[in-house]
Amino acid sequence: MSAIIQVSNLSKQYREVKAVNDISFTVNTGDIYGFLGQNGAGKSTTIRMLLTLIEPTAGTIELFGKNLNSHRKAILRQIGAVIEKPDLYKYLTGYENLSLFAKMSGVAVNEKKLNDQLEQVGLTERAHSKVRTYSQGMKQRLGIAIALIHDPQLIILDEPTNGLDPQGIADIRNLILHLSRHQGKTILVSSHLLHEIELIANRMLIIDKGKKIMEGTVAALVDPARTMVHLEVTNPQQVVTWLQSSKWSANLQEHSNNVILLQMNKPQVPELTADLVNAGANIMALQPQNSLESYFLSLTTENRHVDTFTN
Amino acid sequence: MWTLLQIELFKIFKRPRTYIAFIAIAAIVILIQLALYLDGKTYIGFLLQSIERFNVEGKILNGYFVCYFILQTLLIHVPLLIALVGGDMIAGEANMGTLRLLISKPISRSTLLVSKFLASSIYTLLLLIWMAILSLFVSLLVFGSGDLMVFQSQVIIQIPQSDVFWRYLAAFGFAAIAMITVAALSFFLSLFAENSIGPIVAAMSIVIVCTILTTMDLPLFLSMKPYLFTSHMLGWKGFFDIQATTGNSAVPGSIQNLPGILRSAFILIVHIVGFVVAAVVIFKKKDVLS
Repeated sequence: MSAIIQVSNLSKQYREVKAVNDISFTVNTGDIYGFLGQNGAGKSTTIRMLLTLIEPTAGTIELFGKNLNSHRKAILRQIGAVIEKPDLYKYLTGYENLSLFAKMSGVAVNEKKLNDQLEQVGLTERAHSKVRTYSQGMKQRLGIAIALIHDPQLIILDEPTNGLDPQGIADIRNLILHLSRHQGKTILVSSHLLHEIELIANRMLIIDKGKKIMEGTVAALVDPARTMVHLEVTNPQQVVTWLQSSKWSANLQEHSNNVILLQMNKPQVPELTADLVNAGANIMALQPQNSLESYFLSLTTENRHVDTFTN
Repeated sequence: MWTLLQIELFKIFKRPRTYIAFIAIAAIVILIQLALYLDGKTYIGFLLQSIERFNVEGKILNGYFVCYFILQTLLIHVPLLIALVGGDMIAGEANMGTLRLLISKPISRSTLLVSKFLASSIYTLLLLIWMAILSLFVSLLVFGSGDLMVFQSQVIIQIPQSDVFWRYLAAFGFAAIAMITVAALSFFLSLFAENSIGPIVAAMSIVIVCTILTTMDLPLFLSMKPYLFTSHMLGWKGFFDIQATTGNSAVPGSIQNLPGILRSAFILIVHIVGFVVAAVVIFKKKDVLS
């Protein structure tokens, strides 16, 4: 599979703040690539560098095998993007917005093509209403129509589900899957809603405070061997002391107040529960989580602890 | 470039605020015309009261005189209306969040910026054409034609009717350069803000301060005048400064200080080019964070 996006040692510094710090990743043809991070992690800055809105301080970006700096126009012609919330010309209609951006994308537009695109995102009935009368979900769908009107190979969606209701989120998710499966598009989608990424992406990157934490397949990240157990007890000191001297010591990740975190293979959880009861732990809650969300939170939390100690 | 220019003009003329300037100019011109129509003779009498032994033949209060009166009053204020659109060209897009969408399209930043500037220049020209239609052609229709009397501090200049019209065309041409300078200034300032209010107010403030410095005859300000673009914006008046013979007869088709007018026009064009080139250079390197 060929690489569509190849980012190498990318950094962006604003005075003392390193918004993006030496990130490298690869997006292959046909990927739905999840770009995960909490707010302020550096996702939008990275995406803006991919779209030439921001100039990198260091590093290189290659798209479709070409350097972004030297082939900017040719590369952007093959990209459709929704950057954060889709802000459009509110005093124009949805149809006029779409027509205007289609012309800017360099495609020959006709009424049929525009209407077909609006139909694909379910905006036919409101095509000739001013955008100021649109709901957030409708604006988002129009933004996606604008991103798709020139039939790009690569679609970049920055937080596409922000501000949407559950139905809107589901619609966007289905649209992304449709574009990937039926139209063969490569999609880079950023989000802090990890559950959404888990449902649609095949590969992903997690960043935090501008740094790459990990890159891999979603299947590997939801590996049952990496189940995180959140244990809440009323006698944490006693339980931690027992855990440290027991066979579970290697599984102990961290503890604070009443909460103890252990990482293990999911089938081991019943055995741990029995051992804890026998050891006199007053268990208030025991929750095994192997979702991407749990993994993401554990990674970013770990980083924070490291920072706390090093500071 | 042509497609982009069409798009920019489409956006400008789809916005209701664009028409504020056209309505404002129409309102002011019509009010002045109405006032002069109802009580213009009193005003002319006031102008003539200090002049002794001066016999006037013909109709002083004609369309050409009314147009000159309107231009003197309005050309100081039109820059404020132009800044409304010029200051919004980039900052307005940043404020709406559409700037990032524009820049992510396969268009070079300099082409985008130049097309935006050309669109704001076309808007400026249309505003001046609108002003010319109302102040010159409507005035000629309502007040009729005649020789133009220009009252200056020391002298009265009488320009024969047959020698006036081309002067207005030239004056509006010069005013177009002057107004595009204001458009370029507000456009340049628009780069540095994410809200159009800032550059509009900044452009207005610069024009007002420089105009005050231009009109005050204090020694310190006099030395600054040649360097203030607002001093040169009034160059259109030079087209009505006619040469006279030794017998004080007007020389048809003449202009007292054509090199001075051309120099002013050149200085304004240098300002326009300077503002636009600086805007392009800065914009090409600018990180779009809005």
